Amino acid sequence: MSTTEALVKELVEKNGKTRNSLMPVLQGIVQNERYLSEEALLSVARELDLSAADVYGTASFYTFLDTVPRGKNIIRVCKTITCHMKGKDEIVNSLCNALKIKVGETTHDNKFTLLTANCLGWCHKGPVMLINDEVYPDLTPQKALEIIEEYAKVAQ
Amino acid sequence: MEKTLKKVDIIFEIDDKQSPLSILEKTIKRSPDEIILDLIDSGLKGRGGAGFPTGLKWKFARNEDSETKYIICNADEGEPGTFKDREIIDRVPDKILTGMAICGYVVGAKEGFIYLRGEYNFLLKNLQKRVDDYNLGMKKLNFDFTIAIKSGSGAYVCGEESALFESMEGKRGEPRNKPPYPTVAGYNSKPTVINNVETLVYTSMICRMGPEQFKALGTSDSRGSKVFSVSGDTPISGIYELELGMPLNDFVNEFGDGDTKAVQVGGASGHCVPRKKFNDTIIGFEGIPTGGSMMIFNSSRSMYNVLHDYLEFFTEESCGQCTPCRVGCQQLLKGIEAVKRGERPPAYLDDLKKLTGTMKIAAKCGLGQSVGNPFNSIIDNFREEIIY
Repeated sequence: MSTTEALVKELVEKNGKTRNSLMPVLQGIVQNERYLSEEALLSVARELDLSAADVYGTASFYTFLDTVPRGKNIIRVCKTITCHMKGKDEIVNSLCNALKIKVGETTHDNKFTLLTANCLGWCHKGPVMLINDEVYPDLTPQKALEIIEEYAKVAQ
Repeated sequence: MEKTLKKVDIIFEIDDKQSPLSILEKTIKRSPDEIILDLIDSGLKGRGGAGFPTGLKWKFARNEDSETKYIICNADEGEPGTFKDREIIDRVPDKILTGMAICGYVVGAKEGFIYLRGEYNFLLKNLQKRVDDYNLGMKKLNFDFTIAIKSGSGAYVCGEESALFESMEGKRGEPRNKPPYPTVAGYNSKPTVINNVETLVYTSMICRMGPEQFKALGTSDSRGSKVFSVSGDTPISGIYELELGMPLNDFVNEFGDGDTKAVQVGGASGHCVPRKKFNDTIIGFEGIPTGGSMMIFNSSRSMYNVLHDYLEFFTEESCGQCTPCRVGCQQLLKGIEAVKRGERPPAYLDDLKKLTGTMKIAAKCGLGQSVGNPFNSIIDNFREEIIY
């Protein structure tokens, strides 16, 4: 059994073999593998006795349930109005320059994926970004770079 | 004359003498009908934005004949400019849990869920601990109710109650047709009370202090206070609990930077109010209601960019299920871009306004129905900025 299959089995066991468990199971896979591979989706369909199309249809609805490969760390910069007003473009540009990727891309070493997101709920402390589940408000371009340098060190 | 706003401290107040769990202990000695009457008397309306009377919602669910019922706390806060629920969950989670438990007692439910948006996953660890402790506390009281947390995964539309149920049932977050309403058939098609985070805290506080103190605040149409999320061009952005029913002018005097051009009341799906209407606009159910989002724009801001941002947001977040919303949002966005580039005449904006009218009637849920709010209020008040 592959590690993905084992993970799916474990998540289904923990959450129960019902349709209502689909979200927590998919979330658990993303937590561990950063995205939902074809293997993972097929395995979930098998374990929960759903059609693969149904599982993919649900997964592809949700922004945080990625179905394309992602880097070890996923950066999501808030792009909604107040963060826009407070300078999210500068943050995105400095991250693009430092990581040498465009928004939506993953670095060659697979350490980072850079994305933008709709309102993250920190409008009074924008600009803000999430890295995986951690939140970083009150950003400046300099601060954003220092934060990803820390992640780069850990990822080595 | 300048009036100062009445600041209130109900939501975040920490009462050393009375823990949230002891409020539950005391409240469940009363009859459910008494509690419902108190809530109706208090005039509390939902604080998520829609403003349905909370006491009535609980009463409808109580009247349903069903073995299984559910209580759901809607913590899928996603409206641009709103961040108050995050702060409430972070600072006073036990008050939310108390509101849920009291609701469970009143309507006869044994299970409650908090649907927390995925963007707030960093709150999960602490919240789970508080939920575990609280569940243990209820067990010690021999009170049969358990609370669990469900996570969202980054979809704005799941804040719509029926989309939220779909998501909890492991499906795409596509809103359902109504009726039936949640109090009849909600999560797992069982009678469900779904309330906003802030609403649940107020229910527990009304049970503690009685309806009189609550309804002494606000106006006859908008009882009580409300937590506001203030952002944009203001030197003092943040979270403020204020009495409802204030004129927008007083709000701007307090929070503006002296150069305020417009305030977006109620988030991207709310209304944009220009300076000339500050005096005539009341923040409350008799004027412009809000889930709490107050975004302030000063004279340096382009209202075209503001509207463009909103429309991009709706285009991305529309679930795509119904045509009026899916196609409507795209066409509104393309439409203002075309007018800006001069490819369409200014009068095209009036055609687009008609389209929002169609969306209001024909879209399946609040998302598509309310896109006309920001669109029309910005076009009507800042037309020249959209064209030139």
